[in-house]
Amino acid sequence: MYSVNYHRAASVADAAKLVKSGDAKLLSGGMTLIPAMKTRLAAPSDLVDLSRIKELQGVKVSGKTVTIGAATTHYDVANDEKLKKACPALAHLASLIGDPAVRHKGTIGGSVANNDPAADYPAALLALGATIITNKREIAAAKFFTGLFETALKDGEIIIAVSFTAPAKAAYEKFRNPASRYAIVGVFVAKGKDGVSVAVTGAGDDGVFRSKEIEAALAKNFAASALDGVKVPAKTLMTDLHASAEYRANLIAVMAKRAVAAANA
Amino acid sequence: MSDVSFVVNGKRVSGAVEDRTLLVHFLRENLGLTGTHVGCDTSQCGACVVHVDGRAVKSCSMLAVQASGSTVVTIEGLANGADLHPVQAAFKEHHGLQCGFCTPGMIMTATDMIARHPEGLDEATVRAELEGNICRCTGYHNIVKAILAASKTMAKVSKGKVKQAA
Repeated sequence: MYSVNYHRAASVADAAKLVKSGDAKLLSGGMTLIPAMKTRLAAPSDLVDLSRIKELQGVKVSGKTVTIGAATTHYDVANDEKLKKACPALAHLASLIGDPAVRHKGTIGGSVANNDPAADYPAALLALGATIITNKREIAAAKFFTGLFETALKDGEIIIAVSFTAPAKAAYEKFRNPASRYAIVGVFVAKGKDGVSVAVTGAGDDGVFRSKEIEAALAKNFAASALDGVKVPAKTLMTDLHASAEYRANLIAVMAKRAVAAANA
Repeated sequence: MSDVSFVVNGKRVSGAVEDRTLLVHFLRENLGLTGTHVGCDTSQCGACVVHVDGRAVKSCSMLAVQASGSTVVTIEGLANGADLHPVQAAFKEHHGLQCGFCTPGMIMTATDMIARHPEGLDEATVRAELEGNICRCTGYHNIVKAILAASKTMAKVSKGKVKQAA
């Protein structure tokens, strides 16, 4: 790892000032950033640690509105009793990320800001029509995830929380890479008052996306059987050493079926 | 450089470290606590697992300065003098190791796992919870056995304590 200057931010305002120094990066759980720095894929001059800022912690559920502070760990999301009642699919998703030690450190804000094309949270936020709240503005998930490791965040902009309306039904199913546990395909299905939305992670050439074909079939009939014979085009999907685009296209339909079955269970 | 201070295995320690120093290197090189191992350097193997503020974390994926102010427990902090911790005793009894390189991380993960499942553990849960710890000798079979046995022993001990307290 190259030399770096560490700063522990006391508040969001403090972090916003500190992140202006040099080529600084925001640090949350560090489960991607620290390994990237170790391999010198990332070499920030400064790190601004957000993980101890109180206002970024915790899950709030008020009626149907769920708000999760950016520095809330995957472990805390997975085990939050209020969230397990309001949106059990999201708590379940958090319990599938990485391994226990990673879940103890990694945070929802960090995952969303990094927008790894195989990360789990982006699929949930896109399907739930969530809002990403920063220290500057509110951004709809549909406009937030802009490409591989790319987001609408401006330099130095800090995610404060994510917020969404709890859906009537939802589920997440993930086909995991057996070594990394990242999604080869992950499908989040949500049925709310605005209809059915289905978001896919791990598969898109350009990161997380909504599957029109699956949404159209489920809008008519929210049942796993409605997806029999539905074909997802492979043209805009990834091919890598783990799976071909065609394999992923088939997996999307399979994972969507399982997710719908779980959501209806 | 930053000044850091921790409570490590019950003792207050402090020092000055380069900000880029990983927690595992601080433990091994500054404190001489070489029980915590560096296995893979890519955050996957779990040989470096320690407890920071009561939670199992990978000390190779955390800077020492990030942990400053925290309470840290390493494998050296588990035994009570010559008496092995129940998880250590169970690994010995059930032969939960061969070369032993992964063992400190396995045991720190296991103690955290048992603490998070006061209701008890089953084999499927233990195997799922060992996701972040890699052993290349044993095929995990005896590790799983040892953790299940330790979980039972510790449940008995804590029940006994509750009775005493009552």
